[in-house]
Amino acid sequence: MNAGEEITLRVWRGDAAAGRLVDYRVRTAEGMVVLDALRAIQATQAPDLAMRWNCKAGKCGSCSAEVNGHPRLTCMTRLTEVAGEGNPLTVAPMRAFPVVKDLVTDVSWNYEKAKEIPPFSPAPRDPDGRRRMYQHEVERVQEFRKCIECFLCQDVCHVIRDHPENKPKFAGPRFFVLLAAYEMHPLDTANRVEQIRQDAGIGFCNITKCCTEVCPEGIHITDNAIIPLKERVVDQHYDPVLWLWRKLTGRGKTSAATPPPSR
Amino acid sequence: MGREPYETHPYDVLVIGAGGAGLRAAIEAAARGARTAVICKSLLGKAHTVMAEGGAAAALGNVWPEDTWAVHFRDTMRGGKLINNWRMVELFAKEAPERVLELEEWGAVFDRTPDGLISQRDFGGHRYGRLAHVGDRTGLEIIRTLQYKMISMHVDVFMECTVTHLLTDAGRIAGACGYRRDSGGWLVFPTKAVVLATGGFGKVWRYTSMSWESTGDGIGLALEAGADLIDMEMVQFHPTGMVWPPGARGILVTEGVRGDGGVLRNAEGRRFMFQYIPEFFRAETAASEEEADRWYTDKRSNRRPPELLPRDEVTRAIYREVKTGRGSPHGGVYLDIATRRPPEFITRRLPSMHHQFLELAGIDITKDAMEVYPTCHYSMGGVRVNADTAAATVPGLFAAGEIAGGLHGANRLGGNSLTDLLVFGRRAGMHAAEYVSTIRTNPNASRDQIDDAAAALLAPFSAPGDESPFDVQTGLQDVMQEHVGIFREEAGMRTALERIAALRQRLSRVRVSGTRQYNPGWHATRDLHSMLTVAEVVTRSALERKETRGGHSRTDYLKTDAALGRVNIVAAQRHGTIELAVEPIPQIPDELKRIVEEHT
Repeated sequence: MNAGEEITLRVWRGDAAAGRLVDYRVRTAEGMVVLDALRAIQATQAPDLAMRWNCKAGKCGSCSAEVNGHPRLTCMTRLTEVAGEGNPLTVAPMRAFPVVKDLVTDVSWNYEKAKEIPPFSPAPRDPDGRRRMYQHEVERVQEFRKCIECFLCQDVCHVIRDHPENKPKFAGPRFFVLLAAYEMHPLDTANRVEQIRQDAGIGFCNITKCCTEVCPEGIHITDNAIIPLKERVVDQHYDPVLWLWRKLTGRGKTSAATPPPSR
Repeated sequence: MGREPYETHPYDVLVIGAGGAGLRAAIEAAARGARTAVICKSLLGKAHTVMAEGGAAAALGNVWPEDTWAVHFRDTMRGGKLINNWRMVELFAKEAPERVLELEEWGAVFDRTPDGLISQRDFGGHRYGRLAHVGDRTGLEIIRTLQYKMISMHVDVFMECTVTHLLTDAGRIAGACGYRRDSGGWLVFPTKAVVLATGGFGKVWRYTSMSWESTGDGIGLALEAGADLIDMEMVQFHPTGMVWPPGARGILVTEGVRGDGGVLRNAEGRRFMFQYIPEFFRAETAASEEEADRWYTDKRSNRRPPELLPRDEVTRAIYREVKTGRGSPHGGVYLDIATRRPPEFITRRLPSMHHQFLELAGIDITKDAMEVYPTCHYSMGGVRVNADTAAATVPGLFAAGEIAGGLHGANRLGGNSLTDLLVFGRRAGMHAAEYVSTIRTNPNASRDQIDDAAAALLAPFSAPGDESPFDVQTGLQDVMQEHVGIFREEAGMRTALERIAALRQRLSRVRVSGTRQYNPGWHATRDLHSMLTVAEVVTRSALERKETRGGHSRTDYLKTDAALGRVNIVAAQRHGTIELAVEPIPQIPDELKRIVEEHT
């Protein structure tokens, strides 16, 4: 594909009742991303083409869609990466969520799940009113907090993608990442293990790593969040004494150099 | 036409906008017992705050113990060229540290100092390293922290809904009405108080770092409800936006690049900022490259590099370099950190800049310089508020964050926005809840207001004409970019006003096709009403200020006028037309004046 050339975008149009792929011709420009092409269609050919976008810089996670069948942020997907020789480029809504219209899906399930996560509950401040945590302790938590809630990991997750019946008892990769961010926070005091096992249903995950592959932030969802959480579940479920020892000594939770004052 | 049916959702406090200010306001109002709801145009967590990169300024003194609220106060006043509301700045500088520490309470994980405290980075206009940050994704950290705190408090959120009108009853707020973007359904919120937290209005310009949401809805709503606006001519063009590729033009390049050692060079390779140090900042700015480079590690005996002058100064310098033919191939200048810092440092401190340039422009910023040019970034002006209570001039209406005016004066310092959201978001929520508790008889909006608002919203489906909303929007953006951009002059602004009036005519002929269900053409048509209002108020305020100061630069009045440094321009809508008034700035007490005048 060269700048100035016309290409075909095959965009899914429709609503909850029915839909079909519609072809649009778009003249490309240097460095154009899929979102640019969709907006060009909206501005000149289909003003009612529904899609979400906000920042156009890969920071807000609004413009998720399936480009040629792959879950992507359309704002960070350059046409040169995905436009094949002579073949139309297909853009469809995320498949794991019900369609509202065109590329917009009903992602409210994620926001309902978010409400089920018990909030961060920190140990009290140090006597001088500050909290001390060291960079090496917070780095793994910071990886999880890079999540932009694009829900691509939820979209691609096998547990729910083809089995919507699992949605009530499964939180999905996004919320394992959130739970991991709290659980591994040096100052969090809550015991989240039962929540992770029972309510979030981490046992459903069979570690296929699809979530990790689609994460636009490069979070190692499976290796750094899900597997350690699974280990904690196993440890506590089968060995509550070991869990208590960890809690008391701070091992696996916070470094011995900075025990929260309450302990 | 029959009456439009609607859903009714009564609350004590309705917060419009779910960026940092709106979320912080909702948290506070709910904590104080007010029945609170938030309404936002996008999904929760996607508001413009998420794009803030550099950090939140607060004199925590973790890196430089010399830093105090007084130094932060001074820097902010001087950065704002002294037309700021001094009382807002005082509250801001004093309360900033506690507001940042509070975020840790709610789960925020800032980068740390070797002592385990919150690390603080250098930014333009700040005497000391002062910005609490998380790499270059601080806004994400703050919005996510506030979002989950608010969720845990069971505040109701109406996502993907637009407020089109505020409801009033005998001059005080009685609620708001709007529509669901997904279904097109009409919504009425009978409330006692409304907090405006709608953010900025950068979408009125062609090249902006702001998202589609920043259409200035709050400005339109406030004016119509009878509230005053202040300093509307003060629009910040951030010095460094991307210039290439075309689709990425305007996307922000964080000031953190310069804070972490990056420098600006022209096509000749020269660090040109030394040629543009204004008299106002000469005593506190490095005179040589050597001194500037030493400052990063020794702030006691060296002065700040000119690349870290306040944003308005750097923007004017870049504009002139490009104008005089020393620009880069795509019409910008070079921002170079590759030759100044090791690759590991760059990827650790500026991960999202590295990612952004690599993905969008194919440039590795650890190896090559970035091409940058100013991009519309922030609105210093906005709704006029009481410094302590965040109350607008209409009873029951409050405003916080970018939509409120006064704190930043003529120019905002980088890092002061995220803290603004926290300090004044909290104050707005607190005082809205307090106001609600004092109300004896509930306000009650007339049914006519609601029906008229619904009719206006639906009119484009049956309008005579075939204008495209996207064409009108592009037309407006081009007019503002050309005539009311970085530099302005009288004739150009007069032309702009004529074109804005013509665009308003075209708006009445915009015909929307399709259904009410998630229809972007229809949404864009609605947004145009606020955008055209913003454009008119900004242009008229800018005509009134015949000088160059902060975010307002004029080619026909290149100098700063001391007399105009003692006034604010205030706008209000009376009987359907916008009227301007020139009012004296609030008198600053002597002890604070002394702080401002102290050097270094």
